[in-house]
Amino acid sequence: MLKKVFFALFVRPLVLIISGVHVVGKEKLPLDGPCIIAANHNSHLDTMVLMSIFPLSNINQVKPVAAADYFMKNKWFAWFSQNVIGIIPLNRRPTKEEGHPLLGVKKALQNGDIVIIFPEGSRGVPEEMGTFKTGIAHLAKEFPSTPVIPIYIHGAGKALPKGEALFVPFIIDVNIGEALYYDDENNKIFTQRLEKSIKLLENTKA
Amino acid sequence: MVSFEAGMVLGFILVALVVATVLIYIKFPTRELKERINSWWIIIGFFTVGAMLNTTTAMFFFAFLSYLALKEYFTLIPSRQTDRRVMFYAYLSIIPQYYFAGIGWYGMFIIWIPVFLFLLLPFKQVLIGETKGFLENTSRVQWGLMMFVFGLSHLAYMITLPPVEGESVGGTELVLYLVLLTELNDILQYLWGKSIGKRKIVPKVSPNKTVEGFVGAFVCIGILAVLCSFLTPFTWFQALVAGMIISGGGFIGDVVISMIKRDIGVKDSGNMLPGHGGILDRVDSLIYTTPLFFHYVYYLYY
Repeated sequence: MLKKVFFALFVRPLVLIISGVHVVGKEKLPLDGPCIIAANHNSHLDTMVLMSIFPLSNINQVKPVAAADYFMKNKWFAWFSQNVIGIIPLNRRPTKEEGHPLLGVKKALQNGDIVIIFPEGSRGVPEEMGTFKTGIAHLAKEFPSTPVIPIYIHGAGKALPKGEALFVPFIIDVNIGEALYYDDENNKIFTQRLEKSIKLLENTKA
Repeated sequence: MVSFEAGMVLGFILVALVVATVLIYIKFPTRELKERINSWWIIIGFFTVGAMLNTTTAMFFFAFLSYLALKEYFTLIPSRQTDRRVMFYAYLSIIPQYYFAGIGWYGMFIIWIPVFLFLLLPFKQVLIGETKGFLENTSRVQWGLMMFVFGLSHLAYMITLPPVEGESVGGTELVLYLVLLTELNDILQYLWGKSIGKRKIVPKVSPNKTVEGFVGAFVCIGILAVLCSFLTPFTWFQALVAGMIISGGGFIGDVVISMIKRDIGVKDSGNMLPGHGGILDRVDSLIYTTPLFFHYVYYLYY
């Protein structure tokens, strides 16, 4: 409920009206889970934009995977991240006793949630893509019937770059690609395939 | 509330819109035409509710229009990361500009962007300290402010104008007159050009602008300007000149915005209005006709 209100009154007006989002390939976006959304990452806005392109009625199903060391760093921030945004915390440097780092994500996929993952693992340099981590490949292998949707976001790094607190409105382009499935290959090849499809979306002008 | 004159014209537009919609859906149901007519419903609906019913609402409506157009423009132009802060102040300047229009402070309204912003925005660049690309960015931002904030805000100032003595129509009717004729000019140029257009005027910039389209629209708008002059304090001759200003100005605005799009290399400025492109594509002619028409009226009557 809290999440729905926060998105309806704050995030969606900010992202969809003040900044403006231009979606290409909306029909390729599944409205029901389970599915994995894989996108490039330059800005905190990325998560908000991806969550806003889903209908408000589904918002509780949409869960971004986020770094535990950053989003859980204090009590208030952790409460906000988990209850208002609904993140799945991911430990970037896992220890043995905590178990598998992707456990929370797997549980969400079993629940039929829409999981947002940024395969670059961090926001990096504005409007530039970093190397991909293999987490999504692990998940895709375990859930071979779950679609992985590649998405390229353009302009969010301009509106709210890493390290800047001032939000300046620009129209953000969201380019959605064809779903990928794990196909008896190894994780490295799947990751390369994913990286290639997001790069392709970067270069197809909307 | 809406005056009798404005109500009559708005009612007439509504009837025309219904007829066009029925015609398109029954006789020519192509996707492009359907999208276009649906967007017209949205444009006319928002314009009527936003600008025609209440002067205060109109201020917010036009300010928001400026904001959307400026945002589209800022998204299109190349910029450096350090320019974000300059652009932020450019966005903010919309608020005082429309405030000055709303309270009718003519002096500030007319110099806020061409004098104050023009002189002070470069200083913000100095404070940021990135010397490379200074001139390009300052020019781009100032140009955007002049077009999409200063230019369009004349609509807001115009709508606050009181009726001239002995007349029942004032600012709201003038705005309706201007917007109606500007949009009709766009449509008529397109229709005349499509049916008999041969000689291209500016083939490199906008290949579907033809001499025939321009002249056809120019004559029609001249006649319509006189026919609709009950919305204005004009004599028939003044209305004829107003029509010429609107038709000529609209053409120039249209091709100037095309010029930017050619420079940047895009076809449409956005997709907010399906079948029309973005906001910039819809307000391009208004950006020119508004200040030109405003100063014509202001010189004659205020």
